[in-house]
Amino acid sequence: MSIFLNADSKIIVQGMTGGMGSKHTALMLEAGANIVGGVNARKAGTTAEIGGKELPVFGSVKEAMDATGANVSVAFVPPKFAKDAAIEAIDAQIPLLVVITEGIPVKDTAEFYNYSIGKKTRIIGPNCPGIITPEESLAGITPHTIAGKGPIGLVSKSGTLTYQMMYELRDFGFTTAIGIGGDPVIGTTHIDALEAFEADPDTKAIVMIGEIGGDAEERAAAYIKEHVTKPVVGYVAGFTAPEGKTMGHAGAIVSGSSGTAAAKKEALEAAGVKVGKTPSETANLMREIMKDLQK
Amino acid sequence: MDLFEYQARDMFEAHGVPVLAGKTATTPEQAQQAAAEIGPKSGGVTVVKAQVKTGGRGKAGGVKVAKSPEEAGQLAQGILGMDIKGHTVGTVMIAQGADIAEEYYFSVLLDRANRNYLAMCSKEGGMEIEQLAVERPEALARVAVDPNVGIDEAKAQEIVQQAGFDAETGAKIVPVLQKLWDVYAGEDATLVEVNPLVKTGAGDILALDGKVTLDGNADFRHPDHEALEDTASTDPLEAKAKEKGLNYVKLDGEVGIIGNGAGLVMSTLDVVAYAGEQHGVKAANFLDIGGGANAKVMADGLDVILGDEQVKSVFVNVFGGITACDEVANGIKGALEILGAGATKPLVVRLDGNKVDEGRAILNELNHPLVTQVDTMDGAAAKAAELAGSAK
Repeated sequence: MSIFLNADSKIIVQGMTGGMGSKHTALMLEAGANIVGGVNARKAGTTAEIGGKELPVFGSVKEAMDATGANVSVAFVPPKFAKDAAIEAIDAQIPLLVVITEGIPVKDTAEFYNYSIGKKTRIIGPNCPGIITPEESLAGITPHTIAGKGPIGLVSKSGTLTYQMMYELRDFGFTTAIGIGGDPVIGTTHIDALEAFEADPDTKAIVMIGEIGGDAEERAAAYIKEHVTKPVVGYVAGFTAPEGKTMGHAGAIVSGSSGTAAAKKEALEAAGVKVGKTPSETANLMREIMKDLQK
Repeated sequence: MDLFEYQARDMFEAHGVPVLAGKTATTPEQAQQAAAEIGPKSGGVTVVKAQVKTGGRGKAGGVKVAKSPEEAGQLAQGILGMDIKGHTVGTVMIAQGADIAEEYYFSVLLDRANRNYLAMCSKEGGMEIEQLAVERPEALARVAVDPNVGIDEAKAQEIVQQAGFDAETGAKIVPVLQKLWDVYAGEDATLVEVNPLVKTGAGDILALDGKVTLDGNADFRHPDHEALEDTASTDPLEAKAKEKGLNYVKLDGEVGIIGNGAGLVMSTLDVVAYAGEQHGVKAANFLDIGGGANAKVMADGLDVILGDEQVKSVFVNVFGGITACDEVANGIKGALEILGAGATKPLVVRLDGNKVDEGRAILNELNHPLVTQVDTMDGAAAKAAELAGSAK
């Protein structure tokens, strides 16, 4: 089992014919993803040869879904077109939309996220590496070669820390690893992923990676305390980040006393989560938990 | 990006928010001149206000009332150059005097937790709003704003009603809130705050002080926002990095950091701080080279970092996801070639992930005296900290 994405997922790519889109469509195919086509209104009716596969290009997400039965869309469109692309996917009622695009104005994301409320689409991202269910499917840019299938579920704000942690724990493997993105407004949250991992019988333990800014980790901690029975190991990046400086991600900023790594660590520990000081220490905490579970 | 008060004032005025006349000055003479122009609108009285991006100006003596242009000049002389919470005053605004009857508070901001916007309003303005929120939370109306609807007339009504304004005052505030929403949405702000929003003796509503934060991701819609940047107080290394399109933040330490991915770089700063404790060193900067680093990006990054005199060693920490380690290694090699004799500080390199063997082989072959390879992030951080500590 896995969460949100599996071998049966039929994936379309919005922006497939662009530079980023075509490069990563090839990599997704390599990872075993079932890519069934792309969307580009100006190239509708044509095909694109990517990764040795002849992929149809459709005029809209709706058309692509009608023709292929697609249930996942991955968007690689530039920031200025991202909101329209997201709204098109939401209107087409695609069950899962993964927005990889970095640099979308937060106003646009707030608008399309709020537009999606009460509708059928789950959004992952924006500004994220997407989601991988190793050896089954990939909707995003996470390298499929880092780690295979296994009992750990991973949710992270950061892309490279996702890769780093998958690498550290590659001997165990993962059910699903989700990068939820480092923007101030995102679709799927830590809590959504925790809830899904808790319900997934194959996930035995969970790694949660956060970073400075906002209070998503604190809220996740409160959720874990109430609802999560599986062991959770946490890591928070940015202990030494100064106040008022944005650390690369638009959402990664400490303002006043809120959003500090120390506050997040404290909240997680109070909820029974073991928190590592570094990625390697965090991996070791998970290693101990896995040993206990395997006894 | 946070704006200065005078920039917020200008932006408010452009969107039809009622404000008082104001002019900036960077010398006492300019201040006197500005007061001579503006003073007659308010019986000769002007206010000299320090322009700094921090609160508590009034308490620090950065806001003073002048009864004549000469006095405005004298007061400006005292305020210019003043240090307010670590910010040096380089500019003052000479503002028209106001006949304040009552002071209110209004703000609209991004609410990350609820993924929408939050409007806050109070009849008790002027004071620190954080203090009001803690001491008398009932006095601060908090109203959620749907990003797809905004603050229309109905929402503005709801806000003033919840804040407890009488019907007459509320009716005057409603259109001002709608205009402030125009600022928020039209300029891609993540914060618009007016403290105080005042009612004058004549019953007019005015935005007397404004704080605006703009979303840098939306700059492509606002070419005019570039001019609002405070280039004078930007760190010269940060300015140089920005010119080269690098995501760099200057910090106060000795170990230069280059990494790929914001999360990994933040994590690297932490790991270096832990490793640096026994050597008395910390990270000197945040620098995320992002995906697909080539020789040029590497060279630009190293160039900026080596330009920081405080830097004693450099830690290159790359986990190859999409980025291939052989490209990074070639980048380092190319950067060292480009920099030549300009490269004088030791480089500790940790490569992992995609094409790690090829990457490490390239650096082994290069066999550069300044480059040390370490296999793990923790080990490399320890080495970089040790090198920086011994060079200190």
